[in-house]
Amino acid sequence: MRALHAFLRNPVAVAGAVLLGAVVLMALVAPLVFPADPLGLAGRPLQWPGANPRFWLGTDPSGRDIAAQLFHGARISLLIGGVATLIAVVIGIVFGALAGFYGGVVDTVLMRVTEAFQTLPNFLLLLVLVAVFGSDLVTVVIAIGVVAWPPVARLTRAEFLTLRERDYVAACRMQGLSDAHLIFREVLPNALPPVIVYASVVMAVAILLESALAFLQLSDPNVPSWGNLIGLGRTVLRSEWYVSAIPGVAILLSILGVSLVGQGLNDALNPRLASR
Amino acid sequence: MALDNVSFDLAAGEILCVVGESGSGKSVTASAIMGLLAPGLAVVAGEISLGGVVLRGDAWRALRGCRIGMVFQEPMTALNPLMRVGAQIAEMWRVHTDLGSEEIAARSLRALEEVGLPDPPGALRAYPHELSGGQRQRVMIAMALALEPEVLICDEPTTALDVTTQAQVLALIRAMQARRGTAVLFITHDFGVVAEIADRVAVMQRGVIVEQGSAMEVLESPRHPYTRALLAAVPKLQAPPPRALSEERVLEIEGLVKTYGARGLLQRRQPVRALDDVSLVLRAGSTLGIVGESGSGKSTLARCVAGMLRADAGVIRIAGAPMPKGRRAAARLVQMVFQDPYASLNPRRRVGEQVAQGPMAMGMARAQAMAEARALFELVGLDAAAVTRFAHEFSGGQRQRIGIARALAMKPRVLVADEPVSALDVSVQAQVLALLRDLQARLGLSILFITHDLRVAAQICDEVAVMQRGAVVEQGRVGTVFSDPRHPYTRSLLASVPGRMVVGA
Amino acid sequence: MKLLLLALRRLAASLPALVLILVGLFLLLQLAPGDTVDALMAQMGGGDAAIAADLRRFYGLDLSVAARLGAYLWRLVTLDLGFSAIYGKPVASVILERLPATLLLMMGALFFAFSFGMALGVVAARRVNQWPDTLISTLGLIFYATPSFWFGLMAIVLFSVYLQWLPAGGFGDVAMGYTGWAAIWDTATYLVLPVLTLALIFLAIALRIMRASMLEVQGMDFVRTARAKGLSETRIVARHVLRNALLPMVTLIGLQAGTMLGGSVVVESVFTLPGLGRLAYESVVQRDLNTLLGIVFVSALLVIAVNFVVDLLYARLDPRIVG
Repeated sequence: MRALHAFLRNPVAVAGAVLLGAVVLMALVAPLVFPADPLGLAGRPLQWPGANPRFWLGTDPSGRDIAAQLFHGARISLLIGGVATLIAVVIGIVFGALAGFYGGVVDTVLMRVTEAFQTLPNFLLLLVLVAVFGSDLVTVVIAIGVVAWPPVARLTRAEFLTLRERDYVAACRMQGLSDAHLIFREVLPNALPPVIVYASVVMAVAILLESALAFLQLSDPNVPSWGNLIGLGRTVLRSEWYVSAIPGVAILLSILGVSLVGQGLNDALNPRLASR
Repeated sequence: MALDNVSFDLAAGEILCVVGESGSGKSVTASAIMGLLAPGLAVVAGEISLGGVVLRGDAWRALRGCRIGMVFQEPMTALNPLMRVGAQIAEMWRVHTDLGSEEIAARSLRALEEVGLPDPPGALRAYPHELSGGQRQRVMIAMALALEPEVLICDEPTTALDVTTQAQVLALIRAMQARRGTAVLFITHDFGVVAEIADRVAVMQRGVIVEQGSAMEVLESPRHPYTRALLAAVPKLQAPPPRALSEERVLEIEGLVKTYGARGLLQRRQPVRALDDVSLVLRAGSTLGIVGESGSGKSTLARCVAGMLRADAGVIRIAGAPMPKGRRAAARLVQMVFQDPYASLNPRRRVGEQVAQGPMAMGMARAQAMAEARALFELVGLDAAAVTRFAHEFSGGQRQRIGIARALAMKPRVLVADEPVSALDVSVQAQVLALLRDLQARLGLSILFITHDLRVAAQICDEVAVMQRGAVVEQGRVGTVFSDPRHPYTRSLLASVPGRMVVGA
Repeated sequence: MKLLLLALRRLAASLPALVLILVGLFLLLQLAPGDTVDALMAQMGGGDAAIAADLRRFYGLDLSVAARLGAYLWRLVTLDLGFSAIYGKPVASVILERLPATLLLMMGALFFAFSFGMALGVVAARRVNQWPDTLISTLGLIFYATPSFWFGLMAIVLFSVYLQWLPAGGFGDVAMGYTGWAAIWDTATYLVLPVLTLALIFLAIALRIMRASMLEVQGMDFVRTARAKGLSETRIVARHVLRNALLPMVTLIGLQAGTMLGGSVVVESVFTLPGLGRLAYESVVQRDLNTLLGIVFVSALLVIAVNFVVDLLYARLDPRIVG
């Protein structure tokens, strides 16, 4: 409750919430405002924004409505960002918690795997995964989650390493409580705030990864994705640069919103650092 | 308001001790004199003058280090870890004088020689982490006195040090001050230290100086009730008359050995013997004190008995049977009270739950466990209704009481208390010690009491074992050991207790 | 000597990760639908099954998975990365041709991001919560949120199409036949936009880390000691705060090296730079698995090498590591 209050009084957090809220709103109203297929032919191709009142953000090289793609693209970005983040955070917490709590051989093995993933450039791994498993939406979401978890694991492990040494954990051990109790009731709740804050970074990374993949035309071609539209706009960059420019702004603002919300969460959950 | 109408004078060549508990404003006073108040604090009224000149603004910075030197509490963090000690000392002359490098190097060496470091040329080349805490504090003193300032401010300079090191550093400050006629403002919470070093004393309580006078006056005939209460709370080094002890051996430790380090292929660290063939007996209903300095192995011993560490060799028997391996079974036998009241409770769970969860894990019904927790809260002097609160709503002393309640909830045969009062102010410390004594009398507790503080040991323990470098060097009834120490180490420990001749002798 | 031993130990510790990567990826690629031969046949415009079988035997694709894995790892030990069917030459030489562009790009971006991130972070921390801090922190947030490929495209529109200051893509103008300084200058003009584009997000991260690190160090006990010594603020920052605050930045380089290599895939594709990243993209599209595995291997080696250097650097900066 106190954290929520602190969050709402922080202008940075509120700005982020407004931006993110706008993207969510776009995603929600997309089917109402643009009921037609956003990837269907809508009119004459390459009409500049404002040139035709029907297409206030113009049309792309295939004659599709850019505004419609933008609204429907918000759903894809949020979906991919949200689900991939969830996957990454869950894998990361499981790896980090087990490694940090048990230490020893468990830690060594899990951390070697984490290191392997971190040694591999994540976008390269993403390319390999998409090349092998195809590029439909589900695969892309899972692949991004699989690529993005190592930092979460490291963070969780670091938290567990310090928290498991706390006297209250030792006290619970001496009270005869199980490891499950120690992990879930004593350590995890205290380790979670920084991980939740970091989830905003993971979400930003996930949205960026998907848009980069779509930009290279390696993401699902059957869904309206912002990155995809930017990639399409490349062919007409020299004259109709707005095709690429507009969806880029959408990505920028969404990630800005996610980052600001994360920063607000950080200030609210870690009041000690709030003055920074 | 941190300070309220604080006024005092400091004459050349005298040592003024400002003494008080945490929150009394004694450290804020020191920072204010240095002009180094933390952000958010400001002097709203009053002035500070040095040699008749009022200190102000930029001129203040030029005075710092040059005419006022300062030594801080925490020697481990007070030096820049990435800079050689020599360079950090040399900086004093480099910034405040026009001396050449060779002259500066020579003076740095002399400064380190003066504070009695074992290998001054080596210390100049060393990085801070290569020196011990006491050595670093000597470096700090050398640095603070480098430019022969008129005033030296010492903010709890020996609090983080072991008792024998503390005695040496206090002697050093005394000697340097006498040699140079420096005026010293010495901040401390410890009346023993006051007795050891002060010419004059100012007692602070909640930002106000309640009593000021010569050391003799304040220590021997305190006028203010707060001063009297503080002095009365200092435990006496003289043990009370011995009690009759039971013959029943509730805890037997035989030949315990624990070695740390020496792990891995390319890592070459000297293995450390933390416990070296330790054998001890705790009698039912009594308190066995383990005393020693840091690195003596006393905490390792506590952790082994508590089952948090496994010893390399030796046996621990409780009520005649070897310690069971299982967590559940051991929980009934041994419980522990921890040192740091701020780390020993989970900040996110209600304190009552944390007391009741142990019995519940043993199969007790929730309602009964909570009822017992409430009863235990009253037993340790807390409100039974406080079980629904969170740790941050309690003071340090109250948290220690909750920690004791949590341990007692398991009805253990042995209670291990690992420095349970060393993080507390002296008045709170006295209350917690009284509670432990009272509980022992009522419940017949058997306590293994770990402490670095010989005064505390004298007051709470029936028997005492002195540890040094992992081995027990002397043990026996506390009165006997303290009044007639056999081992030279015990003697040096006792001789180092500050103010032993004056306070609570 | 101690330093070297420490670094070698860290290097040895990264071997298991490398083996894990290679085994994992090799097994993963076995799941891929279609192999090099399929891609080759498609490129040749189809062919009969007998030719395909012959080709498979030629490339050793008819053996069991374990046998091929063993053979692959052994060849890696002897630094033989195999043969690229698509490019018609050894993978090692394909990669070697593409390596310089990527290395230049990475080093340029790293240098730019690190130095400017450090400078901006210091300024922001010194003026914390005043307008320079607000400005720098806001810029950092925006840089962080900008997709690199989009920034690259917009930079092309502005600097190449409208202002015509810089080339829109490629890597040096061969037709002009420049030599000496002229050639270096020519290459540099082709690298400016890609380096900026790749560096953007790392600049944002670096300045944020530097700012936080400066603020943390400024509150430490030894800085209070330095104040008590009567040092000027400038000297305190330069001699005491800065070096301590740099430690997390050095760690950052090691952590971000992999991400940066990944980022080069997109950036090289935007600016049609003939680098490793674009080669990776092309080999995914062309199903040239040998080349893809080779790139992954070389990238992993690069990341490990960067971390090796970072370890040495860190140990140089922090005496506590070696002692």
